[in-house]
Amino acid sequence: MTVEDTSTGNFVVEIWRGKDSGEFVSYDVPKRASQTILDVVSHVQRRIDPSLSYRFACRVGMCGSCAMTVNGVPRWTCRTHVDRVAKDGHIRVEPLRNLPVIRDLVVDMAPFFDKWQRATGQFIPSDSENKQAFAQVEPDSRERQEADAGIECIGCAVCYSACDVVAWNPEYLGPAALNRVWTLVNDSRDSGRTEHLAAVAGDAGCHQCHSHQACMTYCPKDLNPTAAIAGLKRATIKSVLRGEL
Amino acid sequence: MAPLVIIHLITMIYAIQGGLSAQEILARTEGSTLWGAVYGLFVVAVAVHAPIGLRTIIREMTPWTGRTLDVAAILFGAVVIVLGARAVGALI
Repeated sequence: MTVEDTSTGNFVVEIWRGKDSGEFVSYDVPKRASQTILDVVSHVQRRIDPSLSYRFACRVGMCGSCAMTVNGVPRWTCRTHVDRVAKDGHIRVEPLRNLPVIRDLVVDMAPFFDKWQRATGQFIPSDSENKQAFAQVEPDSRERQEADAGIECIGCAVCYSACDVVAWNPEYLGPAALNRVWTLVNDSRDSGRTEHLAAVAGDAGCHQCHSHQACMTYCPKDLNPTAAIAGLKRATIKSVLRGEL
Repeated sequence: MAPLVIIHLITMIYAIQGGLSAQEILARTEGSTLWGAVYGLFVVAVAVHAPIGLRTIIREMTPWTGRTLDVAAILFGAVVIVLGARAVGALI
């Protein structure tokens, strides 16, 4: 079965090859209607250079696996149309910023998730022996609205890559981890409020945020980690003033 | 900090635009508990805010970190308190 050639000409894309040191290599790819950057990268790997490494999974804008830096901006490549980002027909694809490069477009996500752990981005259950008791979750309460605003995070690391403070301060926990902690602090079922706030109150925590809002600008799920971090700033200060921390 | 900065800006603009001389300014502030309190609070706020901010920026932009930077920041805060207290003292 032959594949119909629906291309309307060619254009050049520069792709990062190597690890933290390497170079941009130019590839000539066919132009197609509704083409995404993921389509372009896939074409290069399948038709031109099979040694190109990259990640993707769902290819429909749900999983966040295909996150890369396109013309300097961290985005999901499956949801980035070529004609939306091609400045004068120029496209440069490189791996996400702020994470170690494994090879080509693939980064090591371990530091991102390690910081998530260090921030206590996990639900801390109560150790009530009474299995019948469970916490009331009022859907209209302010706390639940705050939590709901941040729970859709899928850990794609676009915000982490966008964040300048992550780039300048290697210890900084980052917007995604802090956003998750804010959802837990507002979760009436979570019983570890003091532990969560203690984990984000230090030199690596919420107070390092400069409110640049790059995280909010680039989050593909329209979350607002800056607002969550602002909430953590208020909560930690109140907690210190009350002598809890 | 923010309201104190705004008060200071308004005061400065008023004094400069109004063409007040040093004697005229001192005539209004001498013996005034209100001016002493407001500017005294401003000095304390700056002495807390500035060292924290400087320390953060230095840690982000230079290789300097650790205890020596913390101590330097605290010393800077102390310098601000001393200089600020002298300035407010001269005014009141």
